[in-house]
Amino acid sequence: MTKHPKLVEWEEKELAKSLNRFPERKDKFTNHGGEEIPRLATPENMDDRYLEKISFPGQYPFTRGVQPTMYRGRLWTMRQYAGFSTAAESNKRYRYLLEQGTTGLSVAFDLPTQIGYDSDDPMSLGEVGKVGVAIDSLADMETLFDQIPLDKVSTSMTINSPAAILLAMYVAVGEKQGVAPEDIKGTIQNDVLKEYVARGTYIFPPKPSLRLITNIFQWCGQKTPAFNTISISGYHIREAGSTAVQEVAFTLANGCTYVQTALDAGLELDIFARRLAFFFNASSDLLEEVAKFRAARRLWARLMKERFGARKPTSLMLRFHTQTAGNTLTAQQIDNNIVRVTIQALAAVFGGTQSLHTNSKDEAHSLPTEESVRTALRTQQILAHESGVADTIDPLAGSYYIEALTDKIEREALALIHKIEESGGVVKCIEEGFIQRQIENAAYQYQLEIERSERIIVGVNKFQIQEDKKPPLLRVNPEVEKTQVAKLTEVKKNRNNEQVTNRLTKLETAAQGDGNLMPHIYDCVKEYATLGEICNVLRKVFGEYKDRG
Amino acid sequence: MTEKTKKHRVLVGKPGLDGHDRGAKFIAHALRDAGFEVVYTGIRRSPDEIAAAAIQEDVDAIGLSSLSGAHMRLFPAVVEALDKAGAPEIPVLGGGVIPDEDIVALKAAGIAEIFTPGTPVDKIISAFQDACEKKPAG
Amino acid sequence: MKTSRLLEGLKARDPRAIGRAISLVENGDESAEAILSALDENFVSEAVIIGITGPPGAGKSTLTNSIISELRQSGKRIGIIAIDPSSPISGGAILGDRIRMMQHATDHDVVMRSMATRGRLGGLCATAGAAVRIMASSGCSFIIIETVGVGQSEMDIIRLADITLLVLAPGLGDDIQAMKAGLLEVADILVVNKADCKGADILAMDLEAVTRKGSSTPTQVSMTVATESKGIAELLDRIDKLDSEHRDTGERKTRRRAAHEQEVLDWCLEMLRPKLQAEITKRELPLLGDPRLKAKKILEEQ
Repeated sequence: MTKHPKLVEWEEKELAKSLNRFPERKDKFTNHGGEEIPRLATPENMDDRYLEKISFPGQYPFTRGVQPTMYRGRLWTMRQYAGFSTAAESNKRYRYLLEQGTTGLSVAFDLPTQIGYDSDDPMSLGEVGKVGVAIDSLADMETLFDQIPLDKVSTSMTINSPAAILLAMYVAVGEKQGVAPEDIKGTIQNDVLKEYVARGTYIFPPKPSLRLITNIFQWCGQKTPAFNTISISGYHIREAGSTAVQEVAFTLANGCTYVQTALDAGLELDIFARRLAFFFNASSDLLEEVAKFRAARRLWARLMKERFGARKPTSLMLRFHTQTAGNTLTAQQIDNNIVRVTIQALAAVFGGTQSLHTNSKDEAHSLPTEESVRTALRTQQILAHESGVADTIDPLAGSYYIEALTDKIEREALALIHKIEESGGVVKCIEEGFIQRQIENAAYQYQLEIERSERIIVGVNKFQIQEDKKPPLLRVNPEVEKTQVAKLTEVKKNRNNEQVTNRLTKLETAAQGDGNLMPHIYDCVKEYATLGEICNVLRKVFGEYKDRG
Repeated sequence: MTEKTKKHRVLVGKPGLDGHDRGAKFIAHALRDAGFEVVYTGIRRSPDEIAAAAIQEDVDAIGLSSLSGAHMRLFPAVVEALDKAGAPEIPVLGGGVIPDEDIVALKAAGIAEIFTPGTPVDKIISAFQDACEKKPAG
Repeated sequence: MKTSRLLEGLKARDPRAIGRAISLVENGDESAEAILSALDENFVSEAVIIGITGPPGAGKSTLTNSIISELRQSGKRIGIIAIDPSSPISGGAILGDRIRMMQHATDHDVVMRSMATRGRLGGLCATAGAAVRIMASSGCSFIIIETVGVGQSEMDIIRLADITLLVLAPGLGDDIQAMKAGLLEVADILVVNKADCKGADILAMDLEAVTRKGSSTPTQVSMTVATESKGIAELLDRIDKLDSEHRDTGERKTRRRAAHEQEVLDWCLEMLRPKLQAEITKRELPLLGDPRLKAKKILEEQ
């Protein structure tokens, strides 16, 4: 049987290039019987529709994946979100995870840190170290990455409004370790638009927040080219109750807003676009989720090409991290959650994710224990090494259902993006509450279905049992707040306070102007100015965003 | 005199820094659909603000939500703030990611009811109805 | 709370007493009469009552919040009544205006009350009127009534105000046309909020031709950006000047008289309603026959 010329072309171009750069994990992928597992299944008749809409992995519009060899070349990064209480405790957990086989670190910060408050701020009472690590100054960051060489790991930081500050701290830690900024790898979430509608850790109003984001794009473009400057997120939007279509639409609309803002600030598309990353949810409807990921990739590629005129393939690729859906975890019969997470992780793998976090079974109760986290990690490892799904690329392609669903989600998401644009753009829609209302209505509908048992949640509204056994839970040491405040006081005593004031003043002046704030923030951070001190300066100049309810 | 149109008034809000308001919004809507008047105060509220608003609005009960683990500090703080402001009779109910051991402690600190994830909404509405009815005229 | 203690509380500006008093009136409680008749009339007659209305999305609550902040700077004690519609199906309501004003929650000189329409027609007006009087007699010199200007009952609320602001914003399109019939002719000041957005100037121009019913001069148009507190001081200045003007010309007194009489009428209807309802039920009227004639008969026999 003769191969289609387009397939041959792909094999000789994109695939060959990829294989040259790094070979596949094995010389041959075989099943139990010794038969070879094909790299890519394609239709016998490769028609125009296939070539245009589905194409090949690593080729526009990337429906089948962003790399030509996908998981045959390299498995997705197993990146478990972690972090709690103090930097020292978190450091211990990170070193444990690295020993157990995690291939990337993901830092969770506590709410005061995410909202720009120091641990001794009255707003922080009761919240220090609860949902993540408390970082008040560079000193905490140094402890966090103690004995972890920053040129050997890639770190994803879930930080948004104060992302510039945490990024500066990370680079400063690297510098102290002797690691050059251009070797620093990782991601900062830095996606403020979704904060206003789904996550709530906003500080400043939209316009100055977008300014900070473009400052980061620019600074990183020159100083840390291997670092992903933004993780445009749909995860939280979905967690807040949106549908799969809304998740794609709002995320990509936010993405377009960031791209336009950067272009308006004079940045070059094909330079910053390659460092844009995405973050999606993997929910329980396996088939819909797989279609969703494929639709998102195709839609983004089209938007970047047709609307923004991006030329380099790297500017058109939607690379994403996935987390399994937190809002599906039940407090009842928690072992069931392991099954849910497995299905969701499978969806993400079928969907071609670049990295994955799997939730632990006890997370509807509190932060996970070491044991639960290990099981969550093992789930990924079993999928990768025992299930065979990583040995062939985009295996569900060609399924009538999957392809139809992919088309449908793409179509509906694009229509919703157009609606947002007609209504004046994302920022306007946020201010008007349009996006929030869409999410709220979807969430309300979903919950009603559960309450009416029209939608079954096993163990919750059907197949319930009487449970007496209490699962062992992780308790955050209540002394954490005291310890952290004590450390903060020490830092403030030992630093050069004159220099700190000096740098903060310079930052304030710069914030009132139009220049890039990153160098000033970096200077502040190096002098051990605290997160709260830096944010308060910015609050003074930019004001604070108020929720419209 | 005039037509008696008594309605139960409830304040729903989120103390502390946690921004996940999906649950709080759902409860607010569900209470509204059950005939309550819900003063919805949103996220990032201090215990003092919640207590002050509850008193001004003369609510019959308060509903708090917390998913960030700070409930042990924040929920009792609302009870304290109500006490300090002279309105200890307003019942406080709470919901969110709250382990069983904490429920005991919270009730001891004066919280009337705690709802964990998966509690059917009917149960929650009944609890609010009971709380509103039981509230002394003050 | 016993009535005597409640009245003491009102004098002492205790938030609990104020909240309780308003609830008692709202619920039609027997003690409401005693409370209302004991209010300090001086405060009531001196207070300035501002009505703020407009379509959803215009930024009314944000504007109200900015006005409060500005007024607090000159030490004024302020009352706010925020009105939201009740669900006709469940009878419940989400009262969400407060969210944008929570920064003032712990300020004892900002007295806020969220109120649902509760499906009453004149009754809402009567209750809001009573709330205004309660707030005024607790020392509030400035009282703001905020409502969404789309329903008839909300239109009626505006009668309670000495000065009415209609808040509009660019991009709300058809709402302006729809409003021409009612609110545009009732407003004393037209506020174009979100003045920094595209279309604000055009909107202001469109509004230049609007005239208040019975007036010979076009209505004033103010530009604000409530989220940035821009134009607020100027707006308050205009309100102040207008208030002085109204006091001088006797307009204030005329409006208050009309409102007062309407309020008394509303209370009459509120009080008569249950009596008449009982009478009608008692008579077990046959289904045939003209209702109007039956009504006339019942009234003649009262």
